[in-house]
Amino acid sequence: MSTATNTPASNVPHGSSSHSNTPHTNTEVASAISRAGAWSRRMPLLPALIFTIVLTQLPFLATIVISFMKWNAYYPDEIGFAGLNNFAKVLTDVNARQAIWVTVLLTAASVIISLVLGLIIALLLDRTFPGRGIVRTLMITPFLVVPVAAALLWKHALYNPEYGLFNGLLRAVFGANAPQPDWISQNPLWAIIIAIVWQWTPFMMLILLAGLQSRPMDVVEAARIDGASNWQIFTHMTLPHLRQFIELAALLGTIYIVQNFDHVFTITSGGLGTANLPYFIYQTFYTAHDYGRASAAGVIVVIITLIVATAALRTVFSIFQEESR
Amino acid sequence: MSKQLTTSSGQVINQPKKSPVDTLLGIVAWLVGLGFFLPFAWMVLTSFHRESDAATNPPSPFAPLVLDGYRSFFNSGPWPSLLNSLTASVLSTILVLILAFPAAYALSIRPVQKWTDVLFFFLSTKFLPVVAGLLPIYLFAQKVHLLDNIWLLIILYTSMNLPIAVWMLRSFLAEVPVEMLEAAQVDGAGLVRTLREVVAPVVMPGLASAALICFIFSWNELLFARVLTGTVAQTAPVFLTGFVTSQGLFLAKVCAASLVVSLPVLVAGFAAQDKLVQGLSMGAVR
Repeated sequence: MSTATNTPASNVPHGSSSHSNTPHTNTEVASAISRAGAWSRRMPLLPALIFTIVLTQLPFLATIVISFMKWNAYYPDEIGFAGLNNFAKVLTDVNARQAIWVTVLLTAASVIISLVLGLIIALLLDRTFPGRGIVRTLMITPFLVVPVAAALLWKHALYNPEYGLFNGLLRAVFGANAPQPDWISQNPLWAIIIAIVWQWTPFMMLILLAGLQSRPMDVVEAARIDGASNWQIFTHMTLPHLRQFIELAALLGTIYIVQNFDHVFTITSGGLGTANLPYFIYQTFYTAHDYGRASAAGVIVVIITLIVATAALRTVFSIFQEESR
Repeated sequence: MSKQLTTSSGQVINQPKKSPVDTLLGIVAWLVGLGFFLPFAWMVLTSFHRESDAATNPPSPFAPLVLDGYRSFFNSGPWPSLLNSLTASVLSTILVLILAFPAAYALSIRPVQKWTDVLFFFLSTKFLPVVAGLLPIYLFAQKVHLLDNIWLLIILYTSMNLPIAVWMLRSFLAEVPVEMLEAAQVDGAGLVRTLREVVAPVVMPGLASAALICFIFSWNELLFARVLTGTVAQTAPVFLTGFVTSQGLFLAKVCAASLVVSLPVLVAGFAAQDKLVQGLSMGAVR
C-alpha cells in the first residue's frame, strides 16, 4: 500500500473526489485505495492460482524443453540437444499414429454411444412409473465402481472366453454347441469402448435427467392444450431446452474419456492395436525410458487437445454464462 | 405425470390416465436399469462364491455362498494401500476446499479484474492431458526424493481437482445475497470472518458436492499412483492392478477385492445422489 502512493499515474478509474482543491493529493489517495482494494480482491485468489500454475504449467514447460532433447534413461551419457528429431520420430512412428487414431475413435465412440443411451434412459426416467427411484439408483451404480475395478470385472468376469458371464449365458441359453467368442481378442477396441460406455452412460443420464427436470412444465402443458403432439413437444421444446445440457455432458465426458488410461491398461495393456495416446506416452516413458520421445508425444497431444479445447471452452463458457443469468 | 393443472380460465385439466404405452415404457425402464446393474450384481454374487463355482460355464448362480474371496483378499495385505488411498483422498479434498473457497470468492462476490480469464484458465488446465506433465513430475520427484511418498499424490490430486472445485463453488457463491455481505462489511468483518460466518453457511451444499466429487476422483486415480508410487505409498487401485495372478483361479478374489475398493465410492455416491449431479456438472446443473 505504501509503495502505491508513490505512483499516482494509474489506470484505475478515479472517483469524483479527485476534482477538489488539492486534486493531486486526492488522486494519490484514491488510487492508493483502489489499488489496496484490487490487492485485497486478488489475495484470496492467489494461493489457488499460484498452486495451479506451478503444478500444471511448469511441468508442461519442462515437457516442451525435454521434447527437444536426446534423452533416454538407458543411455545417461548421451543426453543432448536433439532439435526436431523426437517430433519427426513420433510423427513417422506407425504406433504413434495408430495411437492418435485410436484416441479419436475411442473417445468419439464412447462419448456418442453413452450420450445417446443416456438421453434415451433419461427420457424413460423422466416419466412416473412404479419404482422409478430404484431404477435411477440401479442406473447410477456403474459410475460408482472404481474404474480399474470395473475394467477388471469386464475383462475377467464378463469377457473371459472360458468362464466369463457372456459366454456362460450363451451356453446356458443355446446349449453345449453355443458360440463361445473370445470377446477381447476378436474386437479389442470395442471391448474397451463397451466397458467405458457402461461406466459413462449413467453420467450422461444424470446430467440430461437434471436438464429434463428443469424444463418449465407449464409451458409444455400449454403446448399440449394447444394440441401439440408428443413428438412436436419433444423436437420443438424438449430438445432445444436440452441442447446446452447435451453439450455440457458431451464436453465433460470428452475431457475424461480422452485421457482414459485405466481401461486400456487393464483390459488389453495397450495390445492388439488399442494403445491410445495416454497409454502410448506412459509406455514410451515408463517402459522404453525414452524421455525425449515421450515428451514430444506429450507436446503433440497437447497441441491436438488445444485445438479441440479452444472451440469447446467457448461453448462451455456460454453455457455457464446463461446459467448465471 | 398425474398432477392436476389449472389453466388461466380456472378450468381443471386432468392429465391423461395411464395408457398401455406408459406401462410398457415403465417396464422398458426397469429392464434397462436391471441390464446396467447386471454386471455389478454379477460381481457381488461372484465375490461370495468359491473359486471353483465362480469359474463354471454355464454359470452357477445358485452355488453356496462363502467368504473365501474376501478372506484371501484381506490376507493378501491390502490395508496399507487402502489407508494410503484414504489419506490421499481425504487430505487432498481438504486442501482443495481450503484453496478453492477463497478463490471462488475472488471470482464471484468481489471479482478481480479479468475474472473471466482466470476462470477460463482454471478450466483449461482440465483439458491439459495429465500424461503431458507426468515425466517432469516424475523426474522432479526423483531428484527431491518424493517418489513413493503419499504427499506427492496429495499435492497432485489437489491440483487435479482444484479447477473443478473453483468452478463449482463459484456458481454456488453467486447465490449469496448481496445484503448479507454488506451487513458483514458494516460490522467490520474481515475476509476470513466473512467467509466463515456469512458465506460458508449459504454454500454448504456446494462445498459438500465439491468434496464428494474430489474424493471420488482422487480415490479412483490410477495413472499418477501407478507411475509415482512403489511399495510404500501404493494406493488401492494400484494394489488392484497387481492383484490378478496368471496361475490358478482368482475370479472370486478379484470380485471381492474390486467390491471392497469400490465400497467407499459406492456408499458416498448412493448417500448423496443429488450432490453427485451437481459435482459432475461442476455446479452448472443443480
